[in-house]
Amino acid sequence: MITRLRYRKFVSGFMLGMTGLAAFITVSVLFFILGYLVYHGGTSINWNFFTKLPTPVGEAGGGMANAIVGSAKLLFLASLIGVPVGFLGGVYLAEFSGGAIAFVVRYAADLLNGVPSIVIGIFAYALVVLPFKHYSTLAGSFALALMMIPITLRSTEQFLQAVPGSLREGAMALGASKWKTIASVIVPAAYRGILTAILLALARVAGETAPLLFTAFGNRFWSPGWEQPTASLPVMIYTYAISPYDDWHRQAWAAGLVLLGLILVVNIIARAILARGVSIPRT
Amino acid sequence: MAATTTTVPNAGPVSGSRSFLRKLREGDEIARIITFLFASTVVLVTILLVFELWHGSSLARHKFGFGFFVTSVWDPIAGDFGALPFIYGTLVTALVSLAIAVPLGIGAAIFLAELAPQKISDTLQFFIDLLAAVPSVIYGLLGVFIIVPIMREYIQPFLKSTLGFLPLFTGPAYGIGFFTAGIVLAIMVIPYIVSVSREVLLSVPRDQREAALALGSTRWESTWKVVVPFARTGIMGSIFLALARALGETMAVTMVIGNTPTISASLFSPGYSIAAVIANEFSEATGDLYVQSLIELGLVLFILTFVLNGLARLLIILTAQRGSEMGRT
Repeated sequence: MITRLRYRKFVSGFMLGMTGLAAFITVSVLFFILGYLVYHGGTSINWNFFTKLPTPVGEAGGGMANAIVGSAKLLFLASLIGVPVGFLGGVYLAEFSGGAIAFVVRYAADLLNGVPSIVIGIFAYALVVLPFKHYSTLAGSFALALMMIPITLRSTEQFLQAVPGSLREGAMALGASKWKTIASVIVPAAYRGILTAILLALARVAGETAPLLFTAFGNRFWSPGWEQPTASLPVMIYTYAISPYDDWHRQAWAAGLVLLGLILVVNIIARAILARGVSIPRT
Repeated sequence: MAATTTTVPNAGPVSGSRSFLRKLREGDEIARIITFLFASTVVLVTILLVFELWHGSSLARHKFGFGFFVTSVWDPIAGDFGALPFIYGTLVTALVSLAIAVPLGIGAAIFLAELAPQKISDTLQFFIDLLAAVPSVIYGLLGVFIIVPIMREYIQPFLKSTLGFLPLFTGPAYGIGFFTAGIVLAIMVIPYIVSVSREVLLSVPRDQREAALALGSTRWESTWKVVVPFARTGIMGSIFLALARALGETMAVTMVIGNTPTISASLFSPGYSIAAVIANEFSEATGDLYVQSLIELGLVLFILTFVLNGLARLLIILTAQRGSEMGRT
């Protein structure tokens, strides 16, 4: 009897220890990633990296200025398309609809959210690249916007619904019409949450590579305007990483460090704001 | 307004239209219509996406029919396309990744939900959320330069010398291939399994644990024989979610799988996956049939992830409901 109990206690302690080990391994991966990126990429980050164009193979120096600007442009246009659709759609879901239509919209958004990013790329190719007959910033932004919409929509809806009903009733009782209540009471009450959710959505699409491969394509030079192929940080990391040149590998590490650094900073800030103010929605 | 009321005798619809007009003037109706338009864009885009995939692959679907999925010739010059190696590669890498990610992920989730104090659990969950935010191309970068050499030099030779009698662990150790892709995928999907499973475990009512402990079970027995079975469907949901992610994952896999359409029992063999072949060949594909075959692969991927995501969500909702029902009674 005693040995049996001892055995059970041993199993309990052992297995619980194993779960701790699993948690430790999982979390330590993050620090491995950061460590490797800093170790390999840290030395290659210099002023040139941010200000110079890529140089031809074999020539030392050069940077990724065009990719950094390209990524910024892609994200800017993507949020210009994605945020209004997601935000206003979310307002509709939270405030105006009920029943069947809301179900269909929610279902479509969740479906869109689950579509693999490479398939989004195919879709953007068929819809934007084919009619224009060339790769462009516009097409890349469209693909990224498609990925932003469902995230923005669902989190807007959740944050609006989290606004206490008493605020709504108070505004209505003062004689405000519904849209005025929404615009001047409900949205301001939830804007911090919505804003951070949009930031998180931006951080997520900022690292997306697959949908850009055949929409924004790539470019070794500057890409003026919106209708030409453009370089972007993630695609640049990909092409440089699979190339056979050591110099490019170093640049890929540097670009990886910059990209991941930006994404993590945005994530930490957004989550800090959320943790302080409103509860984090479950997406 | 007064004119309308006098000219139309029937009162019912008039009062209706009058209130509509009043709402219009106050902006409610306009706001409703505008937001509705934006909300319906989402539905429209989704329908369009399905249509494009279906329509865009019609040529390939008609020409190859079901044979597309069971033949393994991929010859763009002869115009002969079969998807078997890609489907095989996608499934094998996803299964390898689950074999690693499920025990680790569920273990970590149990630790976070059952053992760790609130503060530590929240901190660790924060790091895991950050891990989920790491873009796949970064995992690919680390895969190419860190994991592939480690696999080639240490892990694959070790597995060959110890488990080499299994057909799974034979053949030359290139470093790249199904096994490496599976490991990179596992690292990528663990955060999803942990986050969702932790939620599900936390939703298990407290009295379940207390009852088990009161009956004299050890901490592990109450966790493993009571709490985990209670949350089983939800944990299954998290696994399906991870599977859907693993199937659709592109960049990291493309960078480490080797990009050779082979079907081999050995996990060390280089292979190819659906997402990887689309990523590599789509922008260079010439000829309608070639492009359409790639789009059909995209359609396959879409349907797979669609079904898995739907199932996952259903399972997670079911568990959450069961938890709250039990909590109430």
